[in-house]
Amino acid sequence: MNTVIAAEEKRELKDIAVFIRSELKPKGKLLTPFNIISAPIILLGAILVVYRLVKGLGAVTNLSQEFPWGIWIGFDVMVGVAFAGGAYVLTFVVYILRSDKYHSIIRATVLNGLLAYVFYAGAIFLDLGRWWNIANPLYGNEFGVNSVLFLIAWHFLLYMIAEFVEFSPAIAEWLGMRKLRKFLGSLTVGAVVVGIALSTLHQAGLGALFMMAKGKVHPLWYTEFIPVLFFVSSIFAGLSMVIFEGSISHRVFSDKISHEEHAAYDDMLVGLSKGCAVAMFVYFFAQVLIFIHGWHWALLNTPMGYWYLTEMIGLVAIPCFLFFQGVRYRNLLLIRTAAILAMIGIIINRLNISIIAFKWWIPFSERYFPSWMEIVITLAIILTEVWVFRWIANRMPVFGKSPAWAAETH
Amino acid sequence: MGQPHPGLVMNRGGNSNWRGEEFNLMGIDRRTFLKGLGTGIAVAVPGSSLLTGSLHAKEVVAGKEFMGVLVDTTRCIGCRSCEMACAEAHGMPVPDIGDTSVLEKTRKTSVTQWTVVNRYKTDKGEVFAKKQCMHCNQPGCVSACLVNAMKKRTDGAVTWDSNCMGCRFCMISCPFDIPKFEYNSAAPKIQKCSLCWERLTKGQKPACVEACPAEALAFDTRRELIEEANRRIYRESGKYVSHIYGEREVGGTGYLYLSGVPFEQIGFRTDLGTTSYPEFSKGFLYSVPIVLLLWPAFLIGVNTITSRKDELQSREGGKR
Repeated sequence: MNTVIAAEEKRELKDIAVFIRSELKPKGKLLTPFNIISAPIILLGAILVVYRLVKGLGAVTNLSQEFPWGIWIGFDVMVGVAFAGGAYVLTFVVYILRSDKYHSIIRATVLNGLLAYVFYAGAIFLDLGRWWNIANPLYGNEFGVNSVLFLIAWHFLLYMIAEFVEFSPAIAEWLGMRKLRKFLGSLTVGAVVVGIALSTLHQAGLGALFMMAKGKVHPLWYTEFIPVLFFVSSIFAGLSMVIFEGSISHRVFSDKISHEEHAAYDDMLVGLSKGCAVAMFVYFFAQVLIFIHGWHWALLNTPMGYWYLTEMIGLVAIPCFLFFQGVRYRNLLLIRTAAILAMIGIIINRLNISIIAFKWWIPFSERYFPSWMEIVITLAIILTEVWVFRWIANRMPVFGKSPAWAAETH
Repeated sequence: MGQPHPGLVMNRGGNSNWRGEEFNLMGIDRRTFLKGLGTGIAVAVPGSSLLTGSLHAKEVVAGKEFMGVLVDTTRCIGCRSCEMACAEAHGMPVPDIGDTSVLEKTRKTSVTQWTVVNRYKTDKGEVFAKKQCMHCNQPGCVSACLVNAMKKRTDGAVTWDSNCMGCRFCMISCPFDIPKFEYNSAAPKIQKCSLCWERLTKGQKPACVEACPAEALAFDTRRELIEEANRRIYRESGKYVSHIYGEREVGGTGYLYLSGVPFEQIGFRTDLGTTSYPEFSKGFLYSVPIVLLLWPAFLIGVNTITSRKDELQSREGGKR
């Protein structure tokens, strides 16, 4: 009996190379509108990346001595990581609380989280002036253990590994490696526990980066509670992204999704919205408390004050209310609107802290505004991520069901 | 007999002097326990490396005192000899100090100018003030650096080293906006005043101090300089405002300033407070080991409880 299985495995290993080669070929049409638009952007982005590495940051970015961090940090990393928060929230719900309701979207969410870290946290690489030293904090010329960024560097790496472990059963199923699938599946809960702990800290840690920018971040945004706010907001940022992304991918990959799952999908959206609504309410409440304790009433009647109110009311309170209403009336349009508003709110919040409300006294003409090349590279990163996501989702059991043999061991 | 107490085995980890079947604490089987233990260790190891001890920069290191520079802006004549000496000492383009037109604008230090002298119009007429790295006692830039490229030396100098990653977090974290980055280089460096650290190690004074013809700059231990500054304030109380900038600002700085006019008028931020900048992220860093220990314990607990529930339900043949 055992020898039969062993023989089977051996034959499989031999076939895997052939299988992968066949899978590498594109599936489906190449000349879709999305491909036609995205391919040139990715190509241009790749050229600009080379240009940046050869010529230095100044050749490509509008960064300055006054604004050391631009959109590659403020948007790609800060926003990208917040949006990737859906992975740790949903793995908590599915693997720790064992709510089966969301099981069908867990793989897509984890894959999204993993790719977000690879690409958006990977954007740090481009932003590093001395990128060849990127591994220094890991093997350590010297460990800067007092640095918040040291913690983030380690956490990004460890979290990527944890996310990869969480997703790896899908790869094993794709390759048809049963023993490996069983082994990797047994690691999932451990990876989830580690992943949640790491996420809690580095989501907050991204906010803690600005603790020492006291006096540079506008007092309406600077508070010692930025780390807590970043963590709480990553919960609804991540869930909003799951709602938004799910709405798109459920159309794009609809052929892979079974009929029952399509039917259960609306239920799931309502459930996720409930989570968003509560997290946003907590976030809004915390912001109000911090504002009142900060005693910044006079600052409200300034241009920055109006901008602050726009963020807090237009992009936190209103989407929070819409989420509650969407749940109450089971209105998917309201839910999707709320998710988009909440996501814009996160983008604005992270950009405010890192760029817009950063050194707010500097006149408009001397302020940082991203160059077209920074924007193209950012777009290229996002589009490449979508390509990789699509490639994986078209091949591995991400949206579709696992093979029958894997379902038994699950 | 002869078998160690299970509790002891637990602590010893890799010890093989026990039989698996005896190892059954609280109804958790060995496999589950080891899995949990593995997870715990996986979390605790990176966690313990993140335990924040005391900050690197202490006011007194190994019996040595921090050195500093006292800048008496009432004595500065704006000759910019210090700028020239600095450029010469560090191989940067030497400025033409005969050209006074540069004083029209308030300048900042740059990648090729570690120190600049600015002219300010004040209540007491024109006043010159030299600007450069303040060499904080507990520098934000040093605690920001994740590879210890930015160092607080035992003699007080804050210096930069080439193992830097170029992340520019030091620039974000500096209350005085001093570190400057070479954006137009493929191998960029952070440029800032090093208090002439190489010269200090040879027993020499910083180049700018040596070059000052007006005795506006004095180099000594920080303690001596504060005493000297106080002496000057007491002796000529009309001449100085009663404040030594840098004595307490951001936890104390190596560069100390005396002025005849309020410090806002000569381009100093007076809203920085007296807390050292690393303190601001300390709260977060202290929470790290706590979260890394308690959170996994809680998660594993919840995970175990929820799975027990499933077990009971299936044992009772209940509906799921």
